[in-house]
Amino acid sequence: MSRSVATPLMLASPGAVLFAGLVIVPLVLTLILSFLAYDHATGIKDSWTLAHYVHVLSDSYYLGIFWRTLRLAALTTLICALIGAPEAYILSRMRSPWRSVFLLVIIGPLLVSVVVRAFGWSMLLGSTGLVNAALHAIGLGPVRLLYTETAIVIALVHVMLPFMVIPVWTALQKLDPMIEAAAWTLGASRFSALRRVVMPQVSMGLLSGSLIVFGLSASAFAIPGLLGGRRLKMAATLVYDEYMHELNWPLGAAIAILVLVANLVIMLAYNRAVEARARRMLG
Amino acid sequence: MQKNGPVALLFHALVVAFVLAPLVVICLVAFTPENTLTMPTTAFSLRWFRAVFEHPDFVTAFGNSLWLATIAASISVAIAVPAGLAIDRYRFPGRDALNGLFLSPLIIPHLVLGVAFLRLFALIGATGSFAWLVLSHVIIVTPYVLRLVLAALSGLDRSAEQAAMTLGASRFTVFRRVTAPMILPGISGGWLIAFINSFDELTMSIFVTSPATVTLPVRMYMYATESIDPMMAAVSALMIALTALAMLALDRVFGLDKILVGEK
Repeated sequence: MSRSVATPLMLASPGAVLFAGLVIVPLVLTLILSFLAYDHATGIKDSWTLAHYVHVLSDSYYLGIFWRTLRLAALTTLICALIGAPEAYILSRMRSPWRSVFLLVIIGPLLVSVVVRAFGWSMLLGSTGLVNAALHAIGLGPVRLLYTETAIVIALVHVMLPFMVIPVWTALQKLDPMIEAAAWTLGASRFSALRRVVMPQVSMGLLSGSLIVFGLSASAFAIPGLLGGRRLKMAATLVYDEYMHELNWPLGAAIAILVLVANLVIMLAYNRAVEARARRMLG
Repeated sequence: MQKNGPVALLFHALVVAFVLAPLVVICLVAFTPENTLTMPTTAFSLRWFRAVFEHPDFVTAFGNSLWLATIAASISVAIAVPAGLAIDRYRFPGRDALNGLFLSPLIIPHLVLGVAFLRLFALIGATGSFAWLVLSHVIIVTPYVLRLVLAALSGLDRSAEQAAMTLGASRFTVFRRVTAPMILPGISGGWLIAFINSFDELTMSIFVTSPATVTLPVRMYMYATESIDPMMAAVSALMIALTALAMLALDRVFGLDKILVGEK
């Protein structure tokens, strides 16, 4: 093993230069942009202002969209946990060929473009779609699903489910099934074996899965764009509109920076929680 | 091993149905002979697939996406392999910071990256440039490649390298003849994951593509917000078919669960 510093720096420098230039520089430029004044007639000005942040954080229109974003992302995370954790547990108890077949079925759609999946849901949930046809068949009137928050959450759950199943599955792989069997032998009921043996193992996977799902849902673009319609906006579609339709880049930049900061704060808080848990478990 | 009970299997069946429903519906509707988004009831027709290929927009966008994903995945491998070697093999000041920098695109929402690239490209006059679009994709796919390269390197038995070294091979020869072949599954798996991620990327690309460099997902998103007809279902069905083929190839060569779930 070489102790020289020159070799690793030479190996990593092309990537380091590219990443410094295309991650740090654009983010700093966007941060600066979010403090620049804007005028609808003349565009971006050279003077500094906090007006965009004040505007975004005090106007009920923007606050409503932020609130919806957080609410729908939290709901998506909850539903993904309620579906994903049991599903990962069931998968882990399947026999050899089925186990990998269904693991592929559950996580394979991850590789299909999110636009395609959103479009599929817009067909299913439309007024003449399959869901309404099924409701009609059992005698329930047509329900307006497309362009509602329900549609957004259903499609978000569909897109995010693999991100919950994968970490829970990975956590379960580390659990020896014999330990659960041992708990039964020692007289534990199925439920208490699940709660006292399986759950502690799964909770770390659930925690990291929830983190990923919440972060990705809160900044999702295609799903609210295609299933929420023009009126039901979330943070990402709001930023897109500010940039592409209102052309108010500094205001859009301010919202984007808020999304980034919220994302980083939640990640840090989660990491703290995970570390605290790990420390408690080690005693 | 314990078996799943009937309740568990019912739950599982419902989850699988939920996961597959939109994809199945797309593949069925794509064959409709009608002008509206309906299930084909009496006859199957290929007219909407023909319509896709008669639509120059979609063909161009598909070509753009293919080139973009191929070049971006290749550049990201060329960056991630040496960077992975540096991070895995050496201890040097700034190593953790460098690792963090390379993985940072994973925790920055693509929306924010898109907005940031748009500002940079506008300032340096690079809007609508294909080369800069490629570089922006390199940024978002490199973390995936780096993670697989690092995983491959850490699971490597070093004795073969040491033997080659002792026998007088130069360091580059050791890499070319010993290390590279051993981490090849990680590298090619990384390339494919990078390719797929780049090919599917929408949220960042929608900010930095121009009409000339538009990618397939961006074109499809635009089309779906303006009008919805069965042609969209036909394009989607083609993408599902392509993805399924890629998945089969990946699975044959490496085992897809290894790449996606990250097991050893």
